[in-house]
Amino acid sequence: MWHHARRIVEIRMGSRIRVVIAKPGLDGHDRGAKVIARALRDAGMEVIYTGLRQTPEQIVTAALQEDADVIGLSILSGAHMHICPRIVELLREHNMEDVLVVVGGIIPDADIPKLNAIGITGVFQPGTPMQDIVEFIRGRARESAAAKVE
Amino acid sequence: MGVFEPLYTPDSLRDLDLARDSPPPGQFPYTRGIHPDGYRGKVWTMRQFAGFGTPRDTNRRYRALLEAGGTGLSVAFDLPTLMGRDPDHPLALGEVGKCGVSVVSLADMETLFTGIDLGAVSTSMTINSPAPMLLAMYLVVAERQGVPWTSLRGTIQNDILKEFIAQKEFIYPPRPSMRLVTDIVAFCTAQAPKWNTISVSGYHIREAGATAAQELAFTLRDGIEYVQDAVDAGLDVDHFAPRISFFFNAHNDLLEEVAKYRAARRIWAHVMRERFGARDPKSWQLRFHAQTAGVSLTAQQPANNVVRTAVQALAAVLGGAQSLHTNALDEALALPTEDAALLALRTQQILAHETGVADVVDPLGGSYCIERLTADLEAEAHRQFDVIDRMGGMVAAIEAGYPQREIAESAYRDQQAVERKARTIVGVNAFESARHEPLATLYIDETAEQEQRAALDRLRRERDGNRVSAALGELQVAASGKENTMPRLLDAVRAYATVGEMCDALRQVWGEYEEVPII
Repeated sequence: MWHHARRIVEIRMGSRIRVVIAKPGLDGHDRGAKVIARALRDAGMEVIYTGLRQTPEQIVTAALQEDADVIGLSILSGAHMHICPRIVELLREHNMEDVLVVVGGIIPDADIPKLNAIGITGVFQPGTPMQDIVEFIRGRARESAAAKVE
Repeated sequence: MGVFEPLYTPDSLRDLDLARDSPPPGQFPYTRGIHPDGYRGKVWTMRQFAGFGTPRDTNRRYRALLEAGGTGLSVAFDLPTLMGRDPDHPLALGEVGKCGVSVVSLADMETLFTGIDLGAVSTSMTINSPAPMLLAMYLVVAERQGVPWTSLRGTIQNDILKEFIAQKEFIYPPRPSMRLVTDIVAFCTAQAPKWNTISVSGYHIREAGATAAQELAFTLRDGIEYVQDAVDAGLDVDHFAPRISFFFNAHNDLLEEVAKYRAARRIWAHVMRERFGARDPKSWQLRFHAQTAGVSLTAQQPANNVVRTAVQALAAVLGGAQSLHTNALDEALALPTEDAALLALRTQQILAHETGVADVVDPLGGSYCIERLTADLEAEAHRQFDVIDRMGGMVAAIEAGYPQREIAESAYRDQQAVERKARTIVGVNAFESARHEPLATLYIDETAEQEQRAALDRLRRERDGNRVSAALGELQVAASGKENTMPRLLDAVRAYATVGEMCDALRQVWGEYEEVPII
């Protein structure tokens, strides 16, 4: 757990936010995942891209090993209502609720409140400016670090 | 987007020989079209891609389409099928029947085409890694309907190179994957000669971020790789080349897109005649399907997508597409609703029957701008061919990550242009609207997954397991040697082996491909 504490202090001190970008499921359309990975890196974050076809278990393990502050999921296949709750559940099992989960892809409007309800407030549909995503992650990572220290 | 001059004049064409390079349609090198009479003889085929849920759900949709006067079907498979996984595989969770129809075994293929005469319909199947397995299923359904393979008409995408380059639905490493492609070409050339064996696809390359020039160059270079592989396998180029077709994107930049299609025809004609020594004009003629650009659709102000799609479809028509799919306005959010899909089809019908653009062949031919762009795109494609040839061909270039890196670079540059507002997207980075009305989208429920899993359990209990194992063993023997895998796959299909089992049998022989991601 001291790992987490150290990361929190680092974020407070303005050090780099660590993000795991993941492509869950069977879909291979990775343009969005790769472009966002690069944009976050250019914005000064530490980015680990898992590559294709990761199970929720693999993604959470990667986040644990990489000591990630954020998991960014790219889902275009329509399986987001299966994958996202499973990731949130696994994070809870591993006491990693402080890891921010964001999702981007082909997400119908009707599913956004359902994702919000399980704690995923960063839901980005096609056309979202990269800068909005960067700012969202920065803002939430700092908030969560602050909350943890208090 | 290409960079254009503000004005094109006769001076722009000074170095070109249009009499030689852009002769009337129907004449080599077919820049202006492969048919002398363009769409006057026959308007393009309006082939809308569809598939969802169980084979029974999709069969109902197909029969309705055929009853409404359609003559062609286009099968969209779900991701587990595309990736060679059965519905009970852990990675299939939540994906069964979502992006297309779930087809697990011959039983599903029989259901999919119940009441549809395979001798009367032409069917396009978008499938790549498991293409030989799904084609084998289609052939066995025909066999059971009493339709001879020689009369079957249709297309199997069977383009694995663009999977490594762009769409990433690969299973095996590139070299055994190429061997499967060529097994289909060889088998169909002998047994199903009216079947289009490869649809060499630039669509996905463009969607992944390529420019028009990259789409053109990489796609045609993929085509060269397939022809070379089949020639190396001992086939006569004029026996199989007429059955290779192409599939291009129809993107926003109207003039550049029209030039792209014209350049594609000109390049391919020369490549086939000069590089491969083909003698049959059918081998020289590039035929293509086009689909409007999914990646151009926006979730914001979705009605705007109808306008984008109409202009993109116009580009495909002005460029002489043989067939066309138009996207629906809600596809940045979900699979289309029936109403949205109908409006997409109506867009094509309005272009065909109201605008007059189909009455004149290659109406932009001779334009200073279009002829210049055509020549420039052609030159750029040849430059890329040289780079890839020097690397040892497309498979070697893919193994070195070359096209993947070029495309990732273009995708990032494009996104940066949007961020800087150097490229305008109406409703996204300009002319935004504060109002956001949620759009009602198609909802695919979970019963398809449950039904397909239950059907699979039943199939495994009822079929002759020993016959399945024996057929899969024979398949592995063929795959380990040089024998064509298609006859072995046909036997496995007749024994009701599943897509996952057949793909696994080959995974055991060839292993799986793992890409090194290039960001």
